[in-house]
Amino acid sequence: MATRAQKLVALVALAFVVFSLDGPRAQEKAPVSAPRRIVSLVPAITEMLFAVGAGPQVIAVSSYDEFPPEVKALPKVGALIDPDTERILALRPDLVIVYGSQSELEKQLERSGHRTFSYRHGGVPTTLNTIRELGVATGHRAEADTLASSLQSRLDAVRDRVKSRRQPRTILVFERQPGTLRDVYASGGVGFLNDMLTIAGGSNVFADVSRESVQPSVETILARAPDVILEVRASGLIEKTTSPERDAWSPLSSVPAVRNQRVHLLTGDYLVVPGPRLAAATEAFARALHPDAFK
Amino acid sequence: MISLDSADESSLPRRVGRAPIRGRLLSTILGFGTLAVVTCMLAPLVGSTSISLTRAFDPSIPFDQNVDAQIFFVARLPRVLAGALVGSALASAGVVLQAMLRNPLATPFTLGVSAGASLGAMLVIIFGGAFALGPLSAVPAASLVGAAAATAVVYWLASRHGHAISTSVLLLAGVTLNSFLSALIMFVQYLADFAQVYRAARWIMGDLDIGSYDPLIASLPLVVVAFVLFALLPSSLNLLSVGKDAAASRGVDVRHAQRLAFFSASLATAAAVSLAGPIGFVGIVVPHLVRLLVGVDHRIVLPASALFGAAFLVACDLLARTLLSPVEIPVGVVTAMIGGPFFLWLLVRKS
Repeated sequence: MATRAQKLVALVALAFVVFSLDGPRAQEKAPVSAPRRIVSLVPAITEMLFAVGAGPQVIAVSSYDEFPPEVKALPKVGALIDPDTERILALRPDLVIVYGSQSELEKQLERSGHRTFSYRHGGVPTTLNTIRELGVATGHRAEADTLASSLQSRLDAVRDRVKSRRQPRTILVFERQPGTLRDVYASGGVGFLNDMLTIAGGSNVFADVSRESVQPSVETILARAPDVILEVRASGLIEKTTSPERDAWSPLSSVPAVRNQRVHLLTGDYLVVPGPRLAAATEAFARALHPDAFK
Repeated sequence: MISLDSADESSLPRRVGRAPIRGRLLSTILGFGTLAVVTCMLAPLVGSTSISLTRAFDPSIPFDQNVDAQIFFVARLPRVLAGALVGSALASAGVVLQAMLRNPLATPFTLGVSAGASLGAMLVIIFGGAFALGPLSAVPAASLVGAAAATAVVYWLASRHGHAISTSVLLLAGVTLNSFLSALIMFVQYLADFAQVYRAARWIMGDLDIGSYDPLIASLPLVVVAFVLFALLPSSLNLLSVGKDAAASRGVDVRHAQRLAFFSASLATAAAVSLAGPIGFVGIVVPHLVRLLVGVDHRIVLPASALFGAAFLVACDLLARTLLSPVEIPVGVVTAMIGGPFFLWLLVRKS
């Protein structure tokens, strides 16, 4: 599936190479000024752009973008594996934000003289740095600095509030087959979910796995015996079925989280997007992990 | 290619379908049966964590406080049993379809049953629905429905003309349906969100970590029915694998035997795929391995494959869950990586 889409992208890219070989070469890079026509293919970045005040400069977003509500009116130009190169070019953007793995698209855009901004999800520091970089790139340096600092201080406040408490050993589950314990995906020891969990005063049971996601077996979950099971989901299906979803864990009664009824289910898009709403998500994690600290 | 061709008509003993084989059957079942039982008994003792068996079986510790017992009874045992059930079902379905289609390349997934099951599973994974039918949760239930639909379509196509099922039409219809359904699966995945594509892709790789006995309880009746039907088949399979006319001339009700073979194999495949996803390679490599070891008589090949399939998949899953622990390897990857080279080695050595 992914490879097929990649092939398609490659094919489109190839067509453009051939085309641009005998066509006149596109303009060399324009002098760097604040872009007025930004295309963002990364939802997290779209949120950052709007949050630093560059919203009015955004002219198109990815097909997964839903926040802030203003993006619903903007044209959608594909996403990670299926960017609609032709439409992107037709929109005459002066800055295109691509994901780090879209190197073909990036090369092609650069060849045709478009400025690009390449981004990859990382930890919480990555998000804060990216906000600052975007501020510089879009002419909203002051707002971006203010935003990044305020996010940093909100995160610091959460950290301080729970610092002195016992850090429960936590499994942070972000995907699983509904109603069962199959295909569980949990946060590993790196990435923004792990960072948020740590700031919120949880000790990740998979801190030793240096990957963003782990797919633990039932045996591994039993063996790691987390004190808290924290499930996060983008809003959607799971909201209707909260109680049976919690029941799915009941066969694992030897897990302290199950025995002590510390299975928490949080839903909302903001929980899983490493953008300006990550402070709010971290606060939600902390409330679930340390309810006493927020009384 | 391998053993099926060696049974061409000229070399066929007059009564091969019915020659007495009790002694060989008994020793084969004893041999492969021991292998299967030993594998299934050893497999739950090993895993990514080391557990204390005395603690696991100590009734004085309450079950909800006994991690060792929960690892043994909740994590490992259902998983091993699922491996045995799925391995056995896929290997037997492979034997039956290879004989019936007279094609050594046939697998339980050749006739579109698994693609139908996969499409059903994909639709539920991607468009949601958290319903449950008794012990059957949404994804397995949908994959059973998909498998049944695909089976019905293929059967309808292949049995429309004439009395007997045309094996070539069956094969072509199955292969075409497979491609068509695969395209639909890709399309459905294309419409999905990232998180769901993750889960969908993982489901396609196959997985035996079922985490409770409910899925087993749901699949077991289907597999039992399939195996009862399989038990009626071997003699006619011997003759069918030579050719329809040869079989008919020796008194086989070809149409009846084909129908029985097709539906029992489809049922076994559907049950296996709905339980564990489409785990590849078991259905082709186990039957051929068994034929290399015990010859071509289906009265021996079929039970031997059922037992060896169970042992093979349980062993592969054991490697899948321990080799890189705490990270697991999808079991379908292990079946192909172990089964492929071993099979080729046997093939070269034998010839």
